[in-house]
Amino acid sequence: MSRPMLEIVALEKSFGDLKVLRDINLRVATGEMVFVIGPSGSGKSTMLRCCNRLEEPTSGAILIDGKDIVGCSSSALNRMRLEVGMVFQGFHLYPHMNVVANVMLAQIKALKRPKDEARERALAMLDRVGLRHRAETMPTQLSGGQQQRVAIARALALDPKVMLFDEPTSALDPELVGSVLAVMKDLKDSGMTMLVVSHEMGFAREAADRVVFMDGGLVVEEGPPEQIFANPKAERTQAFLSRVRA
Amino acid sequence: MQDFIRLFFNLEVMAQTLPLLMQGLWMTAKLCAAVIGLGLVGGLFLALGALSHRRWLRWPAFALIDFLRALPPLVLLIFIYSGLPFAGLAISPFAAVAVAFFLNNSAYYAEIYRAGIQSVPTGQTEAARACGLTTGQTLAHVVLPQAVRNVLPDLLSNTVEVVKLTSLASVVSLAELLYSANMARSLTYNASPLVLAALVYLVLLWPLVRLVSRYQRRLAA
Ligand SMILES: Nc1ncnc2c1ncn2[C@@H]1O[C@H](COP(=O)(O)OP(=O)(O)OP(=O)(O)O)[C@@H](O)[C@H]1O
Ligand SMILES: [Mg+2]
Repeated sequence: MSRPMLEIVALEKSFGDLKVLRDINLRVATGEMVFVIGPSGSGKSTMLRCCNRLEEPTSGAILIDGKDIVGCSSSALNRMRLEVGMVFQGFHLYPHMNVVANVMLAQIKALKRPKDEARERALAMLDRVGLRHRAETMPTQLSGGQQQRVAIARALALDPKVMLFDEPTSALDPELVGSVLAVMKDLKDSGMTMLVVSHEMGFAREAADRVVFMDGGLVVEEGPPEQIFANPKAERTQAFLSRVRA
Repeated sequence: MQDFIRLFFNLEVMAQTLPLLMQGLWMTAKLCAAVIGLGLVGGLFLALGALSHRRWLRWPAFALIDFLRALPPLVLLIFIYSGLPFAGLAISPFAAVAVAFFLNNSAYYAEIYRAGIQSVPTGQTEAARACGLTTGQTLAHVVLPQAVRNVLPDLLSNTVEVVKLTSLASVVSLAELLYSANMARSLTYNASPLVLAALVYLVLLWPLVRLVSRYQRRLAA
């Protein structure tokens, strides 16, 4: 196997005495979409947030295209964060700026792109998520699904090498989930490397290359979606899946 | 009744002393500009200090804010104007007032900023940092614009207090609006200049006060 785009090595994370991640090892190949599932509190979000150091790992290494993000200085960290796009459950668009300004901000301030170029790029990304016609709208005027697609465009505009998704559809009304998943599928088809925490099992079956089951701060089991969903080996995976299906 | 009007609402006296009062108003305006400008900047730094995760910054910022809020502004003013000369530090009345009220108001502005910054969800900061913005850029472009908008009524309301506070400058003989009016009163043996000064304050501040309550009602809605 060639060098993975994202590699998590012996990652540990504690909050005080609480050990949330214990020895996580995970590789995501270039262009691969890996799904992470697991019970609430198992450490899925924490693992994702360690990958761009929104959470400071206690120990271990996280390599983005071969470069370790854990040890680097704060200026190097800001540069590396450009390579790791993140999409949150709660969208977190900037409410005081219109949609296109949301997508332009980091391009101008962090990437130092000229304004015209940033705007052009922002409009292209909005086009990609089907929202170019809403470029001048304020985020609060949009539906949840639309806001999430803008958040995806905002991350994509920085040309990341990896995209992290933390339950991107779980704050959405059911009828709006499809539009966000469609954008993610399109991203996957264009070759983006993606690490996705989500319980959209149907989508995982259709689009994910691999599914990882986490519990208690550990990767319990991983494999192709058919295998994990149809014949999970570990007892904990079986118990979890029967609970979410019930 | 005639006497009352002659002594309190004497238009002739008002017209005669108007130039003096306008000079006073100009001084009040300069004082307000200095105190509000410095206070808004100083308050921001104090607030950022108080919110810092570095203890050596946070602790002194909190102590200073508490100290300045507990100390009556008039005590601070008289100490700076009349007390510091004993240490060989004599400053002009204007500088004394500006410094005293700047210190006092920085603490109040700081508390308002702090509430504003805390009202911005952490998700905003996280989203900005995840996009590679630095701490400073995140503050300037994402957090502060939202924070200020959330506490605009309080910032305005405190600014009204600053304008009122500057009238205390008359105790160190700084010829601002109140001092000038009082001087005009003693020159003319007539209270009308004082009434005029009160009217000037009202005309200046009443729209601001209206604006604040309009805002507050809108935020509450
Ligand atoms: N900042 C924090 N301080 C203290 N404890 C935390 C913090 N963040 C998370 N935790 C704890 O770490 C554990 C793992 O949390 P995490 O959010 O990673 O779980 P999760 O798998 O994403 O769960 P969910 O499915 O509910 O989102 C939980 O017990 C949580 O309470
Ligand atoms: Mg989570």
